[in-house]
Amino acid sequence: MATYNLNINGKNLQVDVDPNTPMLWVLRDHLDMVGTKFGCGIAQCGACTIHLDGNAVRSCQLPVSAVTDAQITTIEGLSEKGDHPVQKAWIEHDVPQCGYCQAGQMMTAAALLKSNPSPSDEEIENAMNGNICRCGTYTRIKAAVKTASQNQ
Amino acid sequence: MTTVNTKLNRRSFLKVSALAGGGMVLSFSWLAGCKPSSEEELLAMPKEWFELNSYIKIGDNGRITIFSPNPEFGSNIKTSMPMMVAEELDVDWKNVIVEQADFYPERFDRQFTGGSQGIRQGWKPLRTAGATAKAMLVAASAQTWNVPASEITASNGQLSHAGSGKKAGYGEMASLAATLEVPEEVTLKEIKDFKIIGNSKKNVDGQKIVTGQPMYALDKKVEGMKYAAIVQPPAFGMRLKSFDKSSISGMPGILDAFEINVFKEDYARNFFDTTTFPDKIAIVGNSTWEVMQAKKSLKAEWEKAPDTTFPMAGRGGQANNVTIPGGLENTSSHKTKMAEYIQKPGNVLRKDGDPEGAFKKAHKVLERTYTAPFLAHNTMEPMNCFADVKGDKAEIYGPTQAPDFISGTISQAIGIPKENIQINLARMGGGFGRRAYSHHLVEAAIISQKIQAPVSLVYTREDDMAAGVYRPTYSATYRAALDENNNLLALHVKAGGIPESPIHANRFPAGAIDNYLAEGWDLPSNITIGAFRAPRSNFIAGAEQSFLDELAEEIGKDPIEFRLELLKRAETNPVGENNDYVPSRYAGVLELVREKSNWNTPKANVSRGVSAYFCHNSYVAEVVDTVIKDNQPYVESVYAAVDCGVVVNPDAAANMGEGAIVDGIGNAFFGEMAFENGAPTKTNFDKYRMIRHKEAPKKIEVHFVENNEDPTGLGEPLFPPVFAAVANSLYKATGKRYYEQPFAPQLEMQNLRM
Ligand code: FES
Ligand code: FES
Repeated sequence: MATYNLNINGKNLQVDVDPNTPMLWVLRDHLDMVGTKFGCGIAQCGACTIHLDGNAVRSCQLPVSAVTDAQITTIEGLSEKGDHPVQKAWIEHDVPQCGYCQAGQMMTAAALLKSNPSPSDEEIENAMNGNICRCGTYTRIKAAVKTASQNQ
Repeated sequence: MTTVNTKLNRRSFLKVSALAGGGMVLSFSWLAGCKPSSEEELLAMPKEWFELNSYIKIGDNGRITIFSPNPEFGSNIKTSMPMMVAEELDVDWKNVIVEQADFYPERFDRQFTGGSQGIRQGWKPLRTAGATAKAMLVAASAQTWNVPASEITASNGQLSHAGSGKKAGYGEMASLAATLEVPEEVTLKEIKDFKIIGNSKKNVDGQKIVTGQPMYALDKKVEGMKYAAIVQPPAFGMRLKSFDKSSISGMPGILDAFEINVFKEDYARNFFDTTTFPDKIAIVGNSTWEVMQAKKSLKAEWEKAPDTTFPMAGRGGQANNVTIPGGLENTSSHKTKMAEYIQKPGNVLRKDGDPEGAFKKAHKVLERTYTAPFLAHNTMEPMNCFADVKGDKAEIYGPTQAPDFISGTISQAIGIPKENIQINLARMGGGFGRRAYSHHLVEAAIISQKIQAPVSLVYTREDDMAAGVYRPTYSATYRAALDENNNLLALHVKAGGIPESPIHANRFPAGAIDNYLAEGWDLPSNITIGAFRAPRSNFIAGAEQSFLDELAEEIGKDPIEFRLELLKRAETNPVGENNDYVPSRYAGVLELVREKSNWNTPKANVSRGVSAYFCHNSYVAEVVDTVIKDNQPYVESVYAAVDCGVVVNPDAAANMGEGAIVDGIGNAFFGEMAFENGAPTKTNFDKYRMIRHKEAPKKIEVHFVENNEDPTGLGEPLFPPVFAAVANSLYKATGKRYYEQPFAPQLEMQNLRM
């Protein structure tokens, strides 16, 4: 066990956990932030995607000890009022089916648009390819990313 | 106008007060859940609610709460079922709050999500609930204003009497209405008068989803809650012999480990009591990560299981014994055995005319065999459950499609009567049939009872993928007899699988061919199977529609024209009896997809294939356009035509259809589970290939036939036709037919990139 001071969604939070604990479980079990989802645990599905200094990372493979003073953003902190262009576009296109993958999809999409505000279809597909949607909402996700790109 | 007798579903009209002593408490989460968006003028939360029936509460200010009865796994019934209630209640949708009902069999019928039946079977009862409440509001106004009820209009949440000019909102009449007798008969609206049904409404949980609010069972946390993981045998045909608790005691955060048994000795299982490993090890600790670490260190011994026989409750309530064979199975030996069965006679399921005679006379016989592997459901959210068992009461909050089928199993496992077990319905991170088998709920209940604390149980992806309840592996051989003029004389299908046959003997093309023979066979196995989106249809449609495509080519006809001719025959002069499809509606979707896809004038460089199928009471035809670019085949566009009667929530229905199409493309190309010595060869997404963004079609169009038929299934029927539409379009692209699913390995052998 060790104590970590984390910067999550602009707040300083402290946890006392094993250094190897993945951020996914630090968020879910220890900080009660359950918007970040568990899908595979091996960086294959993207359900657990968060931002580390603005980059999309798989929190199931990110030990808390590796975070150090990086800024973490989770779906809960993507926007204050739930009105990030990506969130608005997801609502506009009524993207979710079961919804389970969508936090991860949106975090990947938001990171993409930050680094590349008007991505091509191919760039969207490449950036999003690590995020599985078992319900098959891919065409709507792509349309929503484009809408978000126009509205940011 | 339809007049319905409300007695038919009387239990929906029981007042909650009559049940208040039963220990059931409804959970109201609307305060957290439904934040009115600031752009719209919305009514505030009322000071008091009045309950008109199981589905409807009306606030003193006119705000409406509608309970959605069925579990939500992503088909958006939590929006569309309440829409049907709201339509007949005649309220402004923006003042409706939707609440997920708990499992509450005294108040709701059929709280089951599966078989694409939610909307179909809810069509009358849900609308009746709305119409009944409206009639009670009208009666309350008539009483208050002292005018005849027949002179009162109720619309958009407002009651008015033209003669006296009196007006009131529903909220003002709700307290009186709630005390009135439930009318014996109510009248339902005509379809042309619908204001909500048929107009797309957004997912009522959309905002919650995009902001990551807790809504799945795994998100639940209470004071003193512990975390649990399971350790199950490594292979089908194995069982637990012993384990060494000391191998993990002392690991950080680990509290206990013990064996759990889902079934008591003499329990007669029901049809949905399929679980691969009823006996396994539970590990309990202080956090998910810690129990997952302990899983890896736990030392356990496994042994081969012998043949096992257990009682299974039959339909009449009588128990029959079911035997599961022992042994460690292999995919290679499955394939050998299935190939042998193709040569043997099967069980005759349907026979019209003289098929044997026709084959003897045939000038030419076309024979093809199609196969498909086992498939894992792979819901995005792995199996999990929250349980809190205290004394003689249990609270369960878990992802289940079928609370009714598991409540008895939970009851026998923990020795608590069903009435004292409250199952609350969590939003599911996908279902696809897998969560009709809900033994993860039983396991969580057993663990909570044993540790005397609330618990959150979670499977790892590996546990989930290796836990069985798969789509079976199948094979189908089609034979067609042709005369010298290429007239179709006879059709023979023989299909089977491990452990069930996929045949629906009375479906098309039965009824369209004079000499027809359908045979089935099956092979026993200890690999567990369960419902998987459009069971059986999800394979046989691909085989049948691929064969018809090849047959049309052999005969020299356009594939759509060929199917339409067969359907014409089935309509005008049907062969045999019990044909369970309406040929004209079948033809209707083919005609619609032909028009919408511009079938006769495809874009340059695309290869197209067509397929159509009927299941879950609905008709679907699909055209798939494939392109090969940089040596890589991909699906560019999909056009679907669907006849599922009245469409309640069109945009959500299209979403569901798009998802089913993507699911079909993914499984056609990649879906495959295999076994070596009983062990699944794939246990996570590194090996089990799922369709991803890059392989999804660039465009999907879902077109609905407009008619006034009562609604039928939607979640499943768009899935089965995809397989053949993909295979038939790939044939056009590469010149090769695809008989063996998944298709990717064969495409790779043709030096294409997948
Ligand atoms: S849970 Fe992290 S990528 Fe799947
Ligand atoms: S919406 Fe269900 S997995 Fe994506």
